Amino acid sequence: MSPEKQLAERLPSVVADRLRSQAADLPTTVIQPTHGWAPVNLRDLAQFREVLYFLVWSELKVRYKQTVLGAAWAIIHPVAIMLVFTIFFGLVVRVPTGDIPYPVFVFSGIVVWTYFSGALNQSSNSLVQYERLITKVYFPRLLIPVASIIAGLVDFAIAFMVLIGMTIFFGFMPTAAVFALPLLMLLAATIALAVSLWLSALNVQYRDVKLLIPVLVQVWFFATPIIYPSSLVPDRWHTLYELVNPMVGVVNGFRWALLGAGEPPGMILVVSALMALVLLVSGLYYFRRMERIFADVV
Amino acid sequence: MSDIAVRVEDVSKLYQIGKRARHDTLRDLISEKMSDPFQRRGSSGAEESLWALRDVSVEVEHGEVLGLIGSNGAGKSTLLKILSRITEPTSGRVEIRGRLGSLLEVGTGFDPELTGRENVYLNGAILGMKRSEIRRRFDEIVEFSEVERFIDTPVKRYSSGMHMRLAFAVAAHLEPDILVVDEVLAVGDASFQRKCLGKMGNVAQTGRTVLFVSHNMLAMEDLCDRVVWLRDGCVAEEGPSGTVVSNYLQGSFSADTEQVWEDPATAPGTDDVRLRRACVRPEDGTLQSPITVRTPFVMEFEYWILRPDVHLSPSIALYNEQGIVVFTSGPAFDPEGSERSHPAGLYRHTCRVPGDLLNDGMYQAALYIGSNGRTVLQQDNILVFDVRDAIEMRHGWHGKWNGVVRPMLDWSTEFVEAEPSPASRPESRRHWEVPQ
Ligand SMILES: Nc1ncnc2c1ncn2[C@@H]1O[C@H](COP(=O)(O)OP(=O)(O)O)[C@@H](O)[C@H]1O
Ligand SMILES: [Mg+2]
Repeated sequence: MSPEKQLAERLPSVVADRLRSQAADLPTTVIQPTHGWAPVNLRDLAQFREVLYFLVWSELKVRYKQTVLGAAWAIIHPVAIMLVFTIFFGLVVRVPTGDIPYPVFVFSGIVVWTYFSGALNQSSNSLVQYERLITKVYFPRLLIPVASIIAGLVDFAIAFMVLIGMTIFFGFMPTAAVFALPLLMLLAATIALAVSLWLSALNVQYRDVKLLIPVLVQVWFFATPIIYPSSLVPDRWHTLYELVNPMVGVVNGFRWALLGAGEPPGMILVVSALMALVLLVSGLYYFRRMERIFADVV
Repeated sequence: MSDIAVRVEDVSKLYQIGKRARHDTLRDLISEKMSDPFQRRGSSGAEESLWALRDVSVEVEHGEVLGLIGSNGAGKSTLLKILSRITEPTSGRVEIRGRLGSLLEVGTGFDPELTGRENVYLNGAILGMKRSEIRRRFDEIVEFSEVERFIDTPVKRYSSGMHMRLAFAVAAHLEPDILVVDEVLAVGDASFQRKCLGKMGNVAQTGRTVLFVSHNMLAMEDLCDRVVWLRDGCVAEEGPSGTVVSNYLQGSFSADTEQVWEDPATAPGTDDVRLRRACVRPEDGTLQSPITVRTPFVMEFEYWILRPDVHLSPSIALYNEQGIVVFTSGPAFDPEGSERSHPAGLYRHTCRVPGDLLNDGMYQAALYIGSNGRTVLQQDNILVFDVRDAIEMRHGWHGKWNGVVRPMLDWSTEFVEAEPSPASRPESRRHWEVPQ
């Protein structure tokens, strides 16, 4: 090939390169006060997804590297609670749980609840905990509570293994219903995120919200069928019970999917999911509204 | 394509301060709403909010180095925080073209639980960089920061110096298009400060934009093309660095270079002697002219002698910032000033201090008037003034010149001989030998 021809072939690409580098203009950021309620900036979230990875990693590191027993806590904690409840409610009080042995019954509830309450606790306090980052660099603050919710899944996965072992030990055979489990966990995570968006934003502004969270978690625990079956709730309260507390549907659904216990959940889960959605969207708006002042008040 | 990197238009920032501006606890909120349910929002009054910035407009071009100066609380950090999107402006608009990386005050966006290495990657991610891009610059960052040995240790175990070094290295080496730096020189040792300033100069040379805050006026004059002086949240002046820095320094210290007591009845003193006036100024300048390490300056003290035939002798002590007495002096060799009887009336002592004697820094003078071996009047802080560095003296070095004084001493350098010749070598060798 002649040199001229080579050049002629390369020339368009050289020109194109130059044009491309001019077109690859610097990104422009406009900073303006936001007024009133602002929606979530999805483009922002996508751009900073790598940051989410580090936030999750940091949470896991604190959780597993800095205790003597590390990941073992993810098992010890729910198993210990299961033993205590089995002794008191299974053997002493003899709570009726139908075909399901009490230890399996209570442990399945505890595994879901430990994830839910842990995620709620952790992410509600997360903004205050990450003060150093919040006051020094920008990234969507929403990533912080989201990271806590995701990090909790590792603990859950470990405890879930134990639960699987237990169901096998007690002779439960998995059915096609197990495919509903991820959806149920997604619902639990959504509820935890929604509530913690509210609480974490409130927690930045009002310091006593921190004291309120354990109380809320405690009450919520007893309002959810973990140590007792929801059939113990009197009939005339039953509908209200299921409607007010979206976790009732999640825990009952979880037992149905894993152990084949009770009726398949229907309408009640749809209602719970709708409720979670309303909480989530309102939580996102409230969080975005408060996000503006986080760095000023923490 | 515009060549403006940062455009700040009429930006204001209102901070809520004071107790009632926000409810610290839910309990406060509830009890307040109960006691005054019809309270209107925003009726809390002006003293509970503070304009940290008011209608600030600044433009920075690509490749420009812009300095921000101003006294504490002027709003410098607030402006940088708005540019870094840490806090939102209350009104106004900012447009930023390019990736902006910032280093705000001590300790940056580090997660204390993560190691130095992980934090480098986290900060890269925050800047929107790909991992491969960060990996390419990683070694450079570690080398600059001098924390190789601790790079896999959680940063919560770092000393504040190490923290600072890594933070600066990350900010400067991740190559943002716009680098924003707030008072990095406030911490860290002198050699690292020098390194940082050098690096900021390099960053600017590669065509990137730098915005920085420093109290080191020499660095400002040397590194910045342009300086913006913020005062009480407003732009007081903006222009070439030399002019603005010099106006700023005069504006901030002139208040203490003169004191006048109009009424002898209330002026400091005794029945015999009353102060009238004290001032310090460059020998051939006004009260407003700056004093540098090179300028000769005079201190003048005027006082009334109210009774004839009292024996008085004045003297002064000059203290530096560390409270060290740099010198004491009195008119001992001035036949008019030494201790002898004076008729009543107004007297003025003038003390001339040569140039090339004092180091740069703040000084305060104390005046003593003695009579018969006793001090009858002592006036501390009678003058407070700044001796500025002279930039032409520094040859690119911005740190503090060590020493209480900085005299211009005579040095001479002679050429003695060329390469030692073989004949003279044994002798000269002996001459240079260090005693064992
Ligand atoms: N988070 C905050 N809440 C209330 N007031 C603040 C806050 N941050 C800064 N300020 C006030 O705003 C003013 C400007 O502060 P700053 O920008 O830090 O000044 P500089 O950096 O010039 O010293 C100061 O009076 C300071 O007290
Ligand atoms: Mg500041």
